[in-house]
Amino acid sequence: MAAPASDAPVQKAPAPAIVPAIKDAAIAALITLGLAAPIMGLVTVQSLGKVQLEPHWMRVVLAVAVVFVGRLVLNLTLWAPRAGKSAPLITPEVEAQLKAVTRYAAPVALAIAVLLPFVPGVERTTVDLATLVLIYVMLGWGLNIVVGLAGLLDLGYVAFYAVGAYSYALLSTQFGVSFWLCLPLAGILAALWGVMLGFPVLRLRGDYLAIVTLAFGEIIRIVLLNWQSVTGGPNGIPNIPKPTFFGIDFTPGPGGFADTFGLTPSGVHRVIFMYYLILALALFTNYVVLRLRRLPIGRAWEALREDEIACRSLGVNTVNTKLTAFALGAMFAGFAGSFFATRQSLVSPESFTFIESALILAIVVLGGMGSQFGVALAALLMIGGFELFREFEDYRMMVFGVVMVLIMVWRPRGIVSSRSPSVFLKERKAISGSLVQEGHG
Amino acid sequence: MTTPPVDAPKLPEDVLIRVERLTMRFGGLVAVDDVSFDVRPGDVTALIGPNGAGKTTVFNCITGFYKPTVGRIALRKSATESWLLERLRDHQISRRAGVARTFQNIRLFGGMTVLENLLVAQHAPLMQASGMTVLGLLGTGGYRRAETHAIEKAKAWLERVDLIDRADDPAADLPYGDQRRLEIARAMCTEPVVLCLDEPAAGLNPRESADLADLLRSIRTDDGVAVLLIEHDMSVVMEISDHVVVLDYGKKIADGTPKAVRDDPKVIAAYLGVEDEEVEAVEREIEETGA
Ligand SMILES: Nc1ncnc2c1ncn2[C@@H]1O[C@H](COP(=O)(O)OP(=O)(O)OP(=O)(O)O)[C@@H](O)[C@H]1O
Ligand SMILES: [Mg+2]
Repeated sequence: MAAPASDAPVQKAPAPAIVPAIKDAAIAALITLGLAAPIMGLVTVQSLGKVQLEPHWMRVVLAVAVVFVGRLVLNLTLWAPRAGKSAPLITPEVEAQLKAVTRYAAPVALAIAVLLPFVPGVERTTVDLATLVLIYVMLGWGLNIVVGLAGLLDLGYVAFYAVGAYSYALLSTQFGVSFWLCLPLAGILAALWGVMLGFPVLRLRGDYLAIVTLAFGEIIRIVLLNWQSVTGGPNGIPNIPKPTFFGIDFTPGPGGFADTFGLTPSGVHRVIFMYYLILALALFTNYVVLRLRRLPIGRAWEALREDEIACRSLGVNTVNTKLTAFALGAMFAGFAGSFFATRQSLVSPESFTFIESALILAIVVLGGMGSQFGVALAALLMIGGFELFREFEDYRMMVFGVVMVLIMVWRPRGIVSSRSPSVFLKERKAISGSLVQEGHG
Repeated sequence: MTTPPVDAPKLPEDVLIRVERLTMRFGGLVAVDDVSFDVRPGDVTALIGPNGAGKTTVFNCITGFYKPTVGRIALRKSATESWLLERLRDHQISRRAGVARTFQNIRLFGGMTVLENLLVAQHAPLMQASGMTVLGLLGTGGYRRAETHAIEKAKAWLERVDLIDRADDPAADLPYGDQRRLEIARAMCTEPVVLCLDEPAAGLNPRESADLADLLRSIRTDDGVAVLLIEHDMSVVMEISDHVVVLDYGKKIADGTPKAVRDDPKVIAAYLGVEDEEVEAVEREIEETGA
């Protein structure tokens, strides 16, 4: 974003160069003019059954002026080339402090998560929101395998989430299979789809891979939408059964959860149970991913992200390595999907749009690709923040966008950008994010 | 996948790799033109030639990154068996045939530590020990032992290339010369029978070049690994190679001992970049003075 400013010649004198600053602002203003003239300047109005163009040039002038002045001011102040190199916003010392904080942050966050439903003052809605956040934490951790570790850009991750959700919905409503049996089945089915998509697609790299996975996500959604007889089309599948607590239902009355444990019947029990269920699933995901990272397969994923050609020269089967990343990532999405289905009691295609994939990807990128804690934090910020600012209505989209841009400007490698080595000889030194590749396909 | 790719001609005992009539075309460009040569076990074979002569292309064919347009590359496995390398997939050439390589523009896993780089090189045996991940995930099986063993091997190589103090640093942080040595150590961790090095001395200072020559000699004699070497630094080539193959514009123009090649007028002409007629003139001159 700040590139134009740093391109300006760096002068010895600390005084900002005024001429390049004006030039840069003028170019930005010109671009704004080009964009704003047709978009803001001409408005179509219906009059007497005809569509007419109504000019609004004042708006255009205003927009151009704002961009010019704003850019000029920024060029002369914030983006001004400093004497020598501009100091990075996050210096190594700050980085080290952050690192120290994150060491304690993860256990503290875990403790809070475990105790949350029993903290005084925490209401049912909060637990519900926390459940939602945890779904995204889990999805983020699953996608982190594919994007963060293996460096494969997957824009259709929601497809596997959908496969998991519909697997549970169909198996439970059609065949009466219990949640606990469906959960692994949904994961396996999603993983199978991951492999099926993976085979033809993994020859592609970078942008091509992104486009094909995006298309795959859409295909799944459109199939769900149109295969009326099986998926119920746009209405989806209703009345999906809830999971039981080791065979005990959450129903009031004899034999129910409250009755068995001598509690006063309350709807909160199920909410809390669902919260712990997703917490356990998310922690399981985290545990598996952390272990995988320390196994040869995890190292091969990261090596693949760093340099695929070198991997091939060392006898790493890159096709299998990519496929396992895809399949395992998909499996966790499948687990999360079946949890989602049972929580909502209803699945329909509109829950699995591209926006969902984009959101999960944003969580991974924002959190810091490859970092488990960063991803959890990003999910909390994005999903929690999103819900918190509900009262802003449409503006929250804008706020959300601005926040994302700000984070990317300050921490382009995500909130937790450093990489922790999987093995060490004497001491485990964090590796600066700037050395770590982002993968290329 | 498990059937060994045999059906190559039997190779005599003193040939490890036989490159036969290798031709590689890129569209209209003939990068390698009908080149044949042998790599003998226990030898350092140097492949030299001016820029763009096709040396790296020959390497890419041997290590499976390119499929040759014409020709074959046979590797001797035993007295009765030899494999055609061009029939193998690239990762199998390293894992099963035992041909390891380095790259002209170093390709390390920069964001991983030096130690991790050497562990990725041992991926195949470690993967097996982890029971294709399943046993490793459960924490059973001999995975722990295998990993300790792999780390020991990595440590031994780090000692040899003098990088043991940098084991926990990211590879991208190493100076250039260290990166070159690390790449060689990484290739050696795959336990190859032949090590292909693409300009390992490029960018090294004279001291580092001398150390490199020592390392390569030790790899040949102590580890018994044949070395196939592309190098521009003639002092390194002359010092350590047993056998030199010279390419120019994709064609082999000389093949023999370092001394014979050095005195070959065709080679001198290729390096000085003179026209063909002049080469003939030089040849005639030499013949006349010799007579
Ligand atoms: N993938 C490719 N596609 C098209 N042309 C190629 C390709 N690889 C190599 N070439 C061409 O083949 C010729 C030989 O290249 P090669 O890299 O093998 O030379 P080299 O002997 O290694 O040279 P150098 O000493 O500069 O490394 C060059 O003209 C090069 O441009
Ligand atoms: Mg080359």
